[in-house]
Amino acid sequence: MYELYGKRFASRMLLGTAGYSSPDVLRQAVESSGAEIVTVSLRRESARARTGQGFWALIEQLGRRVLPNTAGCRTAKEAIATAQMARELFGTNWIKLEVIANDDTLQPELFGLVEAATVLCADGFEVLPYTTEDLSAAERLVAAGCTVLMPWAAPIGSARGLINKPALQSLRAYFPDTPLIIDAGVGTPSHAAEAMEMGYDAVLLNTAVAKAGDPVKMAEAFAKAIEAGRLAFEAGLIEPRDMASPSTPVAGTPFFKIDHAS
Amino acid sequence: MQILLNGERFATDARNLDELCAKLGFAKAKVATAVNGSFVAASARHATHLTEADEVEIVAPRQGG
Repeated sequence: MYELYGKRFASRMLLGTAGYSSPDVLRQAVESSGAEIVTVSLRRESARARTGQGFWALIEQLGRRVLPNTAGCRTAKEAIATAQMARELFGTNWIKLEVIANDDTLQPELFGLVEAATVLCADGFEVLPYTTEDLSAAERLVAAGCTVLMPWAAPIGSARGLINKPALQSLRAYFPDTPLIIDAGVGTPSHAAEAMEMGYDAVLLNTAVAKAGDPVKMAEAFAKAIEAGRLAFEAGLIEPRDMASPSTPVAGTPFFKIDHAS
Repeated sequence: MQILLNGERFATDARNLDELCAKLGFAKAKVATAVNGSFVAASARHATHLTEADEVEIVAPRQGG
């Protein structure tokens, strides 16, 4: 079990709801992932299509805690207004805060992120900021009132995994008591397991599951990898070493002669 | 009066945001609103008067990552 803003969760996998081939595949993927938190968004509603009304019915059926995002926002002002609309729409003060710097990397715009987080935390939001591995930005976000941080592994949808592992290790060591969730860039279950082995608290995924050949099976694969990684972290990993070290006892080796050992 | 509704030019005679939502069939819909970049709570829509060239956003839940 771990805690985010006073709420306890058994599953350490958070799942995005975008990009599935059908609502039914989404529903089954959420089921097989065991995720207790799903991310959602808000978009312009057409009076004719009324797309959002149907999606809301599906979300209610899923029965999971929703984490709305501010995806696509370029400025603190846009992100703040979007968060306020999301709070009313979804009835939650949780917000996955995204302020995006540019289209190629979709990387967090850290100055706007800190600015928006400061305003939103003061306004009663419980902010889960999508950030980079940058320590000074993380410090500012914590000072603003964020008690959870969500650093990227790699650019959103890139499937490249933990491209700056030493920095992510530093972040983990620097904030031992702050829940840290890897958000974005994870492509394979082994990437997710690697993050969990490093002591990250959870992993947020979307594209790697939604765009898999079989999203339902992939959701289960990620759930198992995340659980395995967490167990390994709790069990305590051995240190890597440069030279070999025999695992079978050396004492009593048959045919052993002293000059073999020289 | 011409406003910008969800990024597109739109002609309306709605006097306030509540009326606009009702005319669009959103009276009981799951939507949230903003005018000229600022959030407008559902309870404040009636008191939010619309004027020429206002930029109105009406949003609803959608899939997200």
